[in-house]
Amino acid sequence: MTEETTLKKRGVPLWAQIIVWALLVGFLIMVGIGLKRASNPMAEIGGAVPDFRIVYYEGYEYNGKSEMKLSDLRGKVVLVNIWASWCKPCEQEAPELEEAWQLYKDADDVVFIGVDYVDTPEGAFGYLKKFGITFPNAPDLQSTISSILNRQMGVPETYLIDRQGVLRQVKIGPFASVAELQAFIGLAD
Amino acid sequence: MKDRGRRTKKAPASCRLPIAQYFAFALVLAALTGFFVAQSARAQETTPSDDEVNAIAKHLYCPVCENTPLDVCPTEACRQWRELIRQMLAEGKSEQEIKDYFVANYGARVLAEPPRAGVNWLFYLVPPILILGGAFALFSAFRAWMKPKVAESDSGREAAGASSSDDEYVRRIEEELKKRK
Repeated sequence: MTEETTLKKRGVPLWAQIIVWALLVGFLIMVGIGLKRASNPMAEIGGAVPDFRIVYYEGYEYNGKSEMKLSDLRGKVVLVNIWASWCKPCEQEAPELEEAWQLYKDADDVVFIGVDYVDTPEGAFGYLKKFGITFPNAPDLQSTISSILNRQMGVPETYLIDRQGVLRQVKIGPFASVAELQAFIGLAD
Repeated sequence: MKDRGRRTKKAPASCRLPIAQYFAFALVLAALTGFFVAQSARAQETTPSDDEVNAIAKHLYCPVCENTPLDVCPTEACRQWRELIRQMLAEGKSEQEIKDYFVANYGARVLAEPPRAGVNWLFYLVPPILILGGAFALFSAFRAWMKPKVAESDSGREAAGASSSDDEYVRRIEEELKKRK
């Protein structure tokens, strides 16, 4: 009888057990949320680029559309350039990118897409106007697209996606010339 | 005298035009001065100071250079965002409206602390509860460790009873061991 009483006294009360389990579940939910946030699909060289949707800046469009999904561009070579108006090295390559776009745009076989990484609207439009950029550009304020493309160092970074939607090349830093850009695009085939 | 008279008669006639011009000039000058003073006063009123901007910027984090408050971040990107805050303040936006704009555009990562909504409450509730629970468990454990000592020192009879029961237990174990040998 005395042993039973002692055991009962030493046992953890039900309310304490409930609280401990509730806390444990809460902690696991927190860990799960963190893991889910960290496990977004990301592109790797040689692998298919996860599909993403972008809405172009006002005044920009491609084939009469103001937004697009990457999968809509299957069959074409896609060059995605990540830039920002606060990025000085981006300014070095901006004229070359526009010049190269002028060479490719009529054939409609290679598509240039500018992705403006975490920028302000004023800065972005000022930059686009300053360099007379005409190829479609879209904001990436929450860095969703740059995360999918697995942005590695900073900006500028340029991604070459082939006709099957496979990531072929990544260029970190600015292009020095149109010839370098053309050689880079040539790697898609 | 004639000469003086002539002079006095001629003087007002010749001075009328310049005096009118002086008045007109003075009026225009005063109007212009007033205009510019008013403009500069208005500009001073509508352009928020660095302190006003930083008071909000310190509650926001640079979306590019992680873990750096916006008010002390030296990059060009952060300078642009501080200018954006200044512009929004000049437009009459409140601190909360500015924060909401930044969260809507750049995500909750720009906030110094996660918004108190939805599952985010877990981040605020679970850690303090765990700390309190841990403190309670430690307290209970210390109490449990202290009790037997108090019991032993307080009641010699109970202690003797316990030791005799222990002796009995040891004796039985020894017997069992002998049997096995």
